[in-house]
Amino acid sequence: MNQALHRAAPGSAWEVAHPDGRHAIAVGLTEPISVRISGPVGYFAAGMNEQATVEIAGNAGVGVAENMMSGRVHVTGSASQSAGATAHGGLLVIDGDAAARCGISMKGVDIVVGGNVGHMSAFMAQAGALVVCGNAGDGLGDSIYEAHIYVQGNVGALGADCVEKQMRPEHLEELAGLLAAAGRSERPDQFRRYGSARQLYNFHVDNAFAY
Amino acid sequence: MCGIAGLHFRNPSLYPRLGELLGSMLQKAAGRGNDSAGVGLYADPGTIPPGQSTICLLLAGATAGDESTSPAARAATAATAARAVESADPGLGAITAAAFGQTLVLTAQASGSVLAAAARVALPHAKIISQGQALTVLKGVGEPTALAQEWRLADRGGWQGVAHTRMATESAVTPGGSHPFSVGPDQCLVHNGSFSNHEAIRKSLITQGVRFDSLNDTEVGARFVAGRLAEGASMAQALTDLTRTFDGFYTLLVSSATAFAVVRDAIACKPAIIAETPDLVAVASEYRYLTDLPGIETARLFEPDPEVVYVWERSSPTSPLASTLGTSRSGN
Repeated sequence: MNQALHRAAPGSAWEVAHPDGRHAIAVGLTEPISVRISGPVGYFAAGMNEQATVEIAGNAGVGVAENMMSGRVHVTGSASQSAGATAHGGLLVIDGDAAARCGISMKGVDIVVGGNVGHMSAFMAQAGALVVCGNAGDGLGDSIYEAHIYVQGNVGALGADCVEKQMRPEHLEELAGLLAAAGRSERPDQFRRYGSARQLYNFHVDNAFAY
Repeated sequence: MCGIAGLHFRNPSLYPRLGELLGSMLQKAAGRGNDSAGVGLYADPGTIPPGQSTICLLLAGATAGDESTSPAARAATAATAARAVESADPGLGAITAAAFGQTLVLTAQASGSVLAAAARVALPHAKIISQGQALTVLKGVGEPTALAQEWRLADRGGWQGVAHTRMATESAVTPGGSHPFSVGPDQCLVHNGSFSNHEAIRKSLITQGVRFDSLNDTEVGARFVAGRLAEGASMAQALTDLTRTFDGFYTLLVSSATAFAVVRDAIACKPAIIAETPDLVAVASEYRYLTDLPGIETARLFEPDPEVVYVWERSSPTSPLASTLGTSRSGN
């Protein structure tokens, strides 16, 4: 089935029926096609996605949209741990909750979660934005670099070197765009912004002499 | 990597289907481990006649997939073992014996502890893998689907069951090292992950007089929980204490004659998903194990949060009791 999707003509639309939680569905797509998966999926669904639009009508297992490069992945249910891990681009929308390590090591993807995210989300996040309409678990944004985090609800605890930051007009604009792209109705001014305090070792110019 | 599956029925009309549904889950769980497997069944009428007690044994020399051992030879071995246990304690009365692959099941009117005491005398090299009035443990080395056929799992019933497929990391691939571990009456524990401080806890328990059957890390967890339950702790308290004592990675499914419980470590990298319907509670390492369960399309599906102990009590089967712990902080 993945081979058929890999050979699909750009612009074509596909439906995957009865996924029954199987792993690695719609992985490695490279063309602008649309795939609707009608039911819960297992691990790594829509991983490494490029250009394609994938909708999962149900829950997703570990690592949905892992290492996505571009395109759009939409989970109508909840996602397990490591959603959007290491992803470089595109938009990942999760209508329900995302478990631990959502957006871990994200490198440019935008992630919008309608519910809560688990602990250690956006760990070592390097670029992109994580929007959480619910609450965030402990260790949010631990060792973060340049990614933007927006949370409407409570944060269990901020991770190392992650701090609350002022919401400036450009951030409200970015957040409004992401919420609209995800089809959500939350108000940007109800969110708080978090990011890197830039106090860890790598951020100190004094340590440049180590090289 | 190991696979975990469990079923706790709220609707008695499902009791006859326990083995069939647990077998479906076990077969899919083989993808996470296929060197050995085991099940724990609560009140299976085929192995525990009402009012009787059962002990389950692994005889010395029980080995994997031993095709030279015919069902007739295993039945003869079982009968010989039963006569030996009868001779060890004439007060026991008649003992019935049946072989389920590498597991031997002995049943008698006496209590499980009396039966087990006689078995220890008569069969000093056998390993007792369960004893009680509710629980039957069947386990062994081999491909899980083949083992399920040896256990005639599809014919087994009961109101609750747990299953495990193993990919060994912390101890040898032997029948005794396979899960479930049952070290207290009608208690069962299966584990996906590995404990990192189990040797220190083992030594501490040994100084308290606890005896071990294996070098397996999971057995240490099972002995710890059994000890706390024996001291009068609730299942929720025993598992809360476990999270404060054990280090490492774990998703645990723990059952007793009254409880069905799940707990994960603080990092929670070992998977688990729970499905709840008015008729059942199911636990699995992966969603795909659940797809044959009745009502799964409309079940409430969720992943257990780290260091939260989830307990479903049989006395109040419609109101699960979830006791919440404070989440622990990482050091940095």
